[in-house]
Amino acid sequence: MTLSANAIPFDDVAGDRRRRLKTLLTNLVIDIILTAFSIAMLLPLVFLVANAFKTPQEMLLWPPPIVPHHPTLDNFKSVLSDTPLLTWIWNSLLFACLSTLSIMTTSAIAGYVLGKFSFKILNIVFAIILGTAIIPFEVYMIPLYFQVKALGALNSVWGLLVGYLVMSFGIFLIRQNVIHSIPDELLEAARIDGAGELWVFVYIVLPLLRAPLAALGVLAFFQAWTAFAWPLIVTSTKTAYTIEVGLALFQTGFTVDLGRLSAASSIVLIPSITLFVFLRRQFVQGVASTGLKE
Amino acid sequence: MLQRKKLIFVSLVLLPTLAIYAAVRLYPIGETLRLSLHQWNILSKNKPFIGFDNFRELTGDPLFLEALVNTTIIAFGVLIVTIPLALCLAALIHHRTKSRLAGFYETAIFLPHVVSLVPAAMAWKWIFDARLGPLNAMLDWFGVAPKAWLFDPVLSLVCIIVLCSWQTLGYAVLIYLVGFKNLPHALYEAARLDGASARQSFWFLSIPLLKPITLYVSVVTLVSGFNVYAQAFVLASDSQGAPGRQVRVLVLDMLENSFRNYRVGYAASEAVVLLVIVLVLTLIQFSLLREKGRA
Repeated sequence: MTLSANAIPFDDVAGDRRRRLKTLLTNLVIDIILTAFSIAMLLPLVFLVANAFKTPQEMLLWPPPIVPHHPTLDNFKSVLSDTPLLTWIWNSLLFACLSTLSIMTTSAIAGYVLGKFSFKILNIVFAIILGTAIIPFEVYMIPLYFQVKALGALNSVWGLLVGYLVMSFGIFLIRQNVIHSIPDELLEAARIDGAGELWVFVYIVLPLLRAPLAALGVLAFFQAWTAFAWPLIVTSTKTAYTIEVGLALFQTGFTVDLGRLSAASSIVLIPSITLFVFLRRQFVQGVASTGLKE
Repeated sequence: MLQRKKLIFVSLVLLPTLAIYAAVRLYPIGETLRLSLHQWNILSKNKPFIGFDNFRELTGDPLFLEALVNTTIIAFGVLIVTIPLALCLAALIHHRTKSRLAGFYETAIFLPHVVSLVPAAMAWKWIFDARLGPLNAMLDWFGVAPKAWLFDPVLSLVCIIVLCSWQTLGYAVLIYLVGFKNLPHALYEAARLDGASARQSFWFLSIPLLKPITLYVSVVTLVSGFNVYAQAFVLASDSQGAPGRQVRVLVLDMLENSFRNYRVGYAASEAVVLLVIVLVLTLIQFSLLREKGRA
């Protein structure tokens, strides 16, 4: 090793140094581009939060200050007293949690059964789920609305929930994971030891599916938390709105200044961003696996 | 015996799930197809079967056609902005994947995809605001006259495309990054030894190898573009109490037909058009992928 290193002629070492310098420079340029772009991507959100603390006069300043000179909580106070913002957040939270619970349960069960049992009818079931998976919600939203209406569940979290009880993609995701990461031998061994099917599912399968289920849970939560068209048609009374609908209608119904709109929006952003920071890995995993369908 | 036990378990746990699936997915999908062939008006008692009359009427309905054109422009606009940008950004991030900043890049670019639609749209609404918005103020620096971004029919489409691209970009970058990670390292090594520059291996190796990912991201972007609604609703509906100009998109037209005009059957036929668009896009993706597999 030492010998061959010594054998390199001098000008090659210089070339090596030049090459290293070039790599360093390239990396620096790439870092500058990416940093600038990342900051540009974040700016709209940063300004939204900044605007929430600005007085109406400061809102007109150019260039817009990122840190308000005279920060005020007036916007927040008036939004909280003018709108049932907290009720809207509560509705969204309840809706999103129940939907997540339902999607995780149904996906775990269906994914496991479709991945590990070999009855012929299951192939048909899987084909149907596969075939309907790509149909967007907006396509069948209106008949679903009439179902909810017939149930008398309009303007309630239960009515909202009807639209978000199952997720075809969740069933796939779990099925894929079951096939790839749960060996048949393990299940058979437990069965031979006398374990019942339900025991096998709860104590062997579910713990092994913890990671994909967590990723799915995060996806399901955000899907419901950011739902718009469905809550817009299912809820029509102010106290039943979800936060997205409440906020969207709040901006159209009245003459609202941007400061108050920004304040309300900032309050809504807090849960999303907090959750994202804590669950980043699950989130990225969940989203990344959507691209890995066969 | 074991087989029978399994069958009992499968039926007991799967049946409730399938019952829910049938009730909230299969039934309404079927109902959409059925309604689209009927003159189904909430106000009238008679709901006769009329075959394809709804679809025939759609082809001459100026509001529907406007919605279809707008939605198509938005969907393809977002696609054209997102794909090249996402590919380049992912390549750059992949190049710097070992740097300490990589996590920051990923998070910053991905965050807009996570935040709720409406607050995100509110942020952009301020940027585009004709009187207060920083966009016009910035253009003023360059001597460009201020524009009524959210009131002009063409410009408001541009605004929606910008907003949607900002939200989609992070998702596309993430999927591309997964793709870059799975690329065969040996191939790049061989290309480098043969004297290929970084730019050459990007053009002649990465782009062709990432074609399936590009197709997937394109279809997902187009499908979500055709369902666009919340962004248009927030950006283009009444701005600050002043009556604004709504941007007519497919979902808006559907909702108006069913809840304002009470023509549910007609709206269902629009939903079927949306369904056909999505199906065609997906079929194109599948056939292109299969072609590639055979080659």
